[in-house]
Amino acid sequence: MMLEALGVSIPHRLHGVTAQLRAGGVTAIVGPNGAGKSTLLATLAGLIEPGTGTVTLASQPLAQMLAQERARRIGYLPQSGEVAWNLAVRTLVGLGRLPHRASPAEDAEAVAQAIATMQLEPLADRALSTLSGGERARALLARVLATQPHWILADEPLAALDLAHQQALIRALRGLAEEGRGVVLVIHDLALAMNHADHVVVLDSGRIAAQGKPRDALSQEVIARVWNLDARWLGEPGHMALAM
Amino acid sequence: MTRPVILLLAALAIALPLSLLAGQVWIDPFGAPVPNATAILMELRLPRALLALTLGAGLGAAGAAMQGYLRNPLADPGLFGIAPAAALGAVLSFYTGYETQALTLPLFALTGAAGAMALLALIAGRSGGIALFTLAGMMIASLAGAMTSLAISLSPNPFALSEIVTWLMGALADRGWHEVRLAAPLTVLGLAALWRAAPALDALALGEAAARSLGVEPARLLGIMIVAIGLIVGSGVAVAGMIGFVGLMVPHFVRPFTDQRPSATLLPSALAGALLLLVADCLCRVLPLQGGELRLGIALSLAGAPFFLRLLLKLRRELA
Repeated sequence: MMLEALGVSIPHRLHGVTAQLRAGGVTAIVGPNGAGKSTLLATLAGLIEPGTGTVTLASQPLAQMLAQERARRIGYLPQSGEVAWNLAVRTLVGLGRLPHRASPAEDAEAVAQAIATMQLEPLADRALSTLSGGERARALLARVLATQPHWILADEPLAALDLAHQQALIRALRGLAEEGRGVVLVIHDLALAMNHADHVVVLDSGRIAAQGKPRDALSQEVIARVWNLDARWLGEPGHMALAM
Repeated sequence: MTRPVILLLAALAIALPLSLLAGQVWIDPFGAPVPNATAILMELRLPRALLALTLGAGLGAAGAAMQGYLRNPLADPGLFGIAPAAALGAVLSFYTGYETQALTLPLFALTGAAGAMALLALIAGRSGGIALFTLAGMMIASLAGAMTSLAISLSPNPFALSEIVTWLMGALADRGWHEVRLAAPLTVLGLAALWRAAPALDALALGEAAARSLGVEPARLLGIMIVAIGLIVGSGVAVAGMIGFVGLMVPHFVRPFTDQRPSATLLPSALAGALLLLVADCLCRVLPLQGGELRLGIALSLAGAPFFLRLLLKLRRELA
């Protein structure tokens, strides 16, 4: 199943972006500040309607899909991570069931599964205000998983996490992709994209600068052109680091 | 049914019959018979108590819904500007002298509320943006307030002036079955609409973008909120004048006993609002005060202002 942006333009933000994303893998959207990464992600999630062009899910335009139907198929985690009330983790995760009209037993099962995937069982009844940044990020992602969507779109879910938590979260996301889901992440850290993504989309000033396998899309030449940096990759595949 | 709901229902089951006995004439069910007791109970106290329950339930639930919608614990149904607009409508009925005919005053007030709802929808409806909506509500509130002051200052005679001012204070004294028949169906409709909006209000706890990703349609939710708050607040002002602070205070009383989702606070807030208004109206009735009863609107504002201050101080501590 594919999530596709076909010639998507949004005035002043995106210009003729075409990208085909496959389920069953992790796609990283990278680019300098202001390149349009979050805008592209929200457009792929069906939250921003493109001025021209279309976004399709399994060849069906998102704009023609009912909001509830779209919500069941595409889970979206915004960058802000705000939660207005001091909910318990289990209650927060339960909000992910809103697009479904399922029985309480099915809802409870999906919530328990999402909590288990994010290894939140010991914290399930704690209030959000008592969690650390890393625990909170996992709880927010569990909310998306509880919807059981085919696609998981997350805007910088790894920002503000320390290295160990970053690794744990990216492993969990990789596991979800291996189950056949599509995982799309906006990432700032190019090494994370290089080591953990299957597909990379590089944006620059609202245009696609490169896309493809990480080695090609994040080549030394692309980094020099887009970020104006003279950098090169060191290390083995899967454990590469950027040297400047 | 959750525990707070059961406790509140039990409290209401006790408070309602007791409230019927209290007033300028006390009715002791086991004591000497009171002349005209049946008339006092059926024609004066029962409709008044039912009106307190109706308005309290409406305002409590509307407050919980508004706090959920605006994701702000300081929000209040009054923020939409619907109450001042309904009050303007009512004041105009005094100004024109038509208020003496039955139902004219409530109809004027409902027209004012409907006008505010239409204006809100016109200004903020298409975008569904919450910030724009709040500002539009503030604009309507201040416009309606200014026009009410204008109507008062141009009042045709001192009697109309005194009636307007007294009426604006809000009270349930001298209200009967007419008012119950008008307010109850509209409030129930408004409550039903809020109940429908409840899941969307829960989703909004995650912010607008995440709520939309969960299938919430902002323009539709805004429409439901305008209609629901309009019906509840509009019909409340139409029969009882301005009664503030209930919608602000009540959700705070019940929220600690729920899981804090806006949908979980709706029903307990409705019940607690009903209880608060019933008890407050009873106290107003029995307090010995020269020159008649304490006005319910004044009593609630007197109790509400210190509560609001306490809330502000608590928020300040949390922010520090």
